[in-house]
Amino acid sequence: MTVSLSGNEVAKQITKQFPEAIAETSDEAILVKSQSVLDVAEYLKSNPELDFDYLNYITAVDYYDYFEVVYQLTSTKHNHTVVLKTRCYDRDNPVVPSVVGLWRGADFQEREIYDLLGITFQGHPNLKRIVLWEGFQGYPLRKDYL
Amino acid sequence: MVIKTEPFVLNIGPVHPSTHGVFRMRTTLDGEVIVELEPVFGYLHRGIEKLAEERTYTGVIPLTDRLDYLASMSNNLAYVLAVEKLAGISVPERAQYIRVLLAELQRIASHLIAIGAFLNDCGAYFTPFLYMFREREKIVDLLEMVSGQRLLYNYMRVGGFAQDIPDEFLPALAKFVNQMPRFINEYDRLLAENEILLVRAKGVGILPKELAINIGASGPVLRASGVKWDIRKVDPYSIYDRFDFEIPTGSAGDCYDRYRVRVEEMRQSLRIIKQAMGQIPSGAVRSEVPHLIRPPAGEAYAHIEAPKGELGFYLVSDNSIAPYRCHIRAPSLINLTALREMIVGWKIQDAIIIFGSIDITMGEVDR
Repeated sequence: MTVSLSGNEVAKQITKQFPEAIAETSDEAILVKSQSVLDVAEYLKSNPELDFDYLNYITAVDYYDYFEVVYQLTSTKHNHTVVLKTRCYDRDNPVVPSVVGLWRGADFQEREIYDLLGITFQGHPNLKRIVLWEGFQGYPLRKDYL
Repeated sequence: MVIKTEPFVLNIGPVHPSTHGVFRMRTTLDGEVIVELEPVFGYLHRGIEKLAEERTYTGVIPLTDRLDYLASMSNNLAYVLAVEKLAGISVPERAQYIRVLLAELQRIASHLIAIGAFLNDCGAYFTPFLYMFREREKIVDLLEMVSGQRLLYNYMRVGGFAQDIPDEFLPALAKFVNQMPRFINEYDRLLAENEILLVRAKGVGILPKELAINIGASGPVLRASGVKWDIRKVDPYSIYDRFDFEIPTGSAGDCYDRYRVRVEEMRQSLRIIKQAMGQIPSGAVRSEVPHLIRPPAGEAYAHIEAPKGELGFYLVSDNSIAPYRCHIRAPSLINLTALREMIVGWKIQDAIIIFGSIDITMGEVDR
């Protein structure tokens, strides 16, 4: 059975390394400030006790006031998982650092989020529309699109 | 004399029999060798995630059929598991067993197409494909018996099933389970040591273990690279923890291993079906579920080992009758991430079989 690590417990370890990175935690998830995503993700991946080598998925949700980007990470070695989240409040120009450098699996998924929700992933090597065509106006998965 | 070649751009697809749907590989060739490749897709994008936001929780089930349309039973299962997790709905024992039976039947059906189409790509033009379809037909008949449909079943419901299985289903299933091993052995004898298959598939399109994990590959693609990772074992859902089965893995991560893993998985699926058939209890097939499901505000992610890999649904509820957000973790899409690395350096005809060995369904890639 994949163990869901408590967000609070993992957050404690992260805080030791990056005292400013965490915005909020609960048992279910860790909410990280968007500028610290890359630091925290790298720590989660490289720490041998956590060893999150597998990215299950990335997705994003539009909550009107902010966009929430959700990462679920799993360790194939320890068989445990954790949910990492971040928020961007700037609706006109939401930016989140890209994690493609850590998990290549983020490649298409980040492009899809960019395509459908209009969130820019800084540092993505090939950020362009993926399921809609170039030149499409708007971001259909946003709540104010329709 | 050396013949000078110039790079040549060739689009394979979007409408091409070996792209298994509307998929385009924009390749740059040096002679016959592919030196650069960019996958282009989205031709089948229907906006299922957006459509789900304006349907009731039950109304989303027919949409999930249209993801991986060769395994709609598995799609149904992943989705209803997510809603059940979100709303805290329990499922009767009998329904749990039927779910396992149907999901494993669906896995065999999907793998039969995967293998048939893969051999087609190898050049065994439509002969193995036809035999695979002959066997798949029996599974489709069984699934039609329970759901009335042959492709898009729309049979599972939150809390169980739309209706109980008919009386003739289990005897028919028993007959199928007795016949099928003989067919798998027969095909395997013809194919596993087949010279042409070995030459075409062994050592071709290697996906190394580290890269497979890093791209988030799942299903037979991940296991063929030597990672023993099957969600039925590592994170058992439904009642998979009650059955005894093995996880077949490969070692080289080449096209041949992906083929072998699928063949072995069909045998394991039959093992699970045999065990589940013997234990299936009587009783209700659906728990008490309100007509309009209103899960409490919150979120849930449920994933299953679908035939193509980890299929997951991330649902967000705002306590209304429709999902606030429904994200689909599509194995076909994510398994394609390393397509460029797997194909670059090989010739055009190898690209076709490498692509075929990943086994994708465009309905799931584009959603």
